[in-house]
Amino acid sequence: MNETIHHGQTPSQTVGPYFTMRLSGEGENVLTTPESVGRRIRIEGRVLDGDRKHIEDALVELWQADSAGRYHHPADRRDDVPMDPAFSGFGRCASDFQTGAYSFLTIKPGPVPHPAGGFQAPHLSLTIQARGMLNPTYTRIYFDDEVEANEVDPVLLSVPDDRRSTLIAVHITDAGSSVPTYRFDIRYQGDDETVFFDV
Amino acid sequence: MNRTYAPRAHLDHPPFLYSDYRSTVKRAPSHDLVAIVQTLTETTGPGPAWTELSVDDADLTTNAGTGGEAIGQRSIITGRVVDENGAPVPETLIEVWQANACGRYVHWRETAFPAPLDPNFIGVGQFRTGADGEYRFLTIRPGPYPWGNHPNAWRPAHIHFSLMGPSIATRLVTQMYFPDDPLFGLDPIFQSVPPHSRQRMIATYDHDVTVENWALGYRWDIVLRGPGTTQ
Ligand SMILES: [Fe+3]
Repeated sequence: MNETIHHGQTPSQTVGPYFTMRLSGEGENVLTTPESVGRRIRIEGRVLDGDRKHIEDALVELWQADSAGRYHHPADRRDDVPMDPAFSGFGRCASDFQTGAYSFLTIKPGPVPHPAGGFQAPHLSLTIQARGMLNPTYTRIYFDDEVEANEVDPVLLSVPDDRRSTLIAVHITDAGSSVPTYRFDIRYQGDDETVFFDV
Repeated sequence: MNRTYAPRAHLDHPPFLYSDYRSTVKRAPSHDLVAIVQTLTETTGPGPAWTELSVDDADLTTNAGTGGEAIGQRSIITGRVVDENGAPVPETLIEVWQANACGRYVHWRETAFPAPLDPNFIGVGQFRTGADGEYRFLTIRPGPYPWGNHPNAWRPAHIHFSLMGPSIATRLVTQMYFPDDPLFGLDPIFQSVPPHSRQRMIATYDHDVTVENWALGYRWDIVLRGPGTTQ
């Protein structure tokens, strides 16, 4: 008999309007240092509510693998995949009060294995919280220039095909910038709502 | 074999849409969440590395750095961070923020409530759990404060808590409440939590934690998602 007592999960509550007192300081949306290995990319987008009005107080957290596809975490025990000591894989950004815009400067992640075998397409994980959100919402960012990898990605394939495009960041031409920029809006409600995962 | 995490117990958490809390109406997802098989992306997270970089800052009564002490009821908050099996979650970072004893936050958006600021109180702190999952910090008891959700709306006194835990699946942002607050029944954020799990957000007064001639003691344990089946 398993006699472990079950302890119920502590309920979630909203992060509220004042989280920037503690969470998401200046510069936490820049994941790269000069030593970080890999191709620099910029992610930018807006957080939008059911009326497509900007959400002025969202906390967007980014988690990702490094350029070799390795996570900076003890549970990633693949010693054959090098870990970049100059890349933590974590960033936070508070959306802009006037526009709802968020952005990250990071590197393009490498492939990460899937438990069913094979590799997943390069992707970033986002966790979004805000005033008016009683629970975190989780989504993923894929890249529109990874067509072949996206076509066989098990997570993308598990999403109804008419909603898959909400998970794919669009490469936008940015003359004068050497850093490729991708656009990824996070939309709540409506036909084009971003897919949120039950992580 | 990768460690995975038990499912999020949706019925123990608030719903996304709770219309008495008005700003959920336009900010709740309208489609069902899409199930995901946990991969390394979900079973890892920033918690361990973020904790390593952090420094403890566990005395909110003096950490404004003014040399002065915050005004309010000095309170020691302690407890354990455990998983659903009761196993301690050691070496994990807790970040907190709160209003001052008058219910006023130090934040540029806080302009409507004419309560005084305390020059010796900034209302933020962070600290790590020990090997047994235990944490402890010193603060002043925050005051209730008004908000614009409905006429004469007041939030019960609370402290905001943020925990990463070991993976992104264990991410928890919540609020700790004080026992016997008369505002519980009137607060839609508190009421959004199903009745059976509301008690889990309320600290208990603990006279063994109280320090004579110094501070009142409260105990509050935090439960993060436990292990799932291995793959
Ligand atoms: Fe608050």
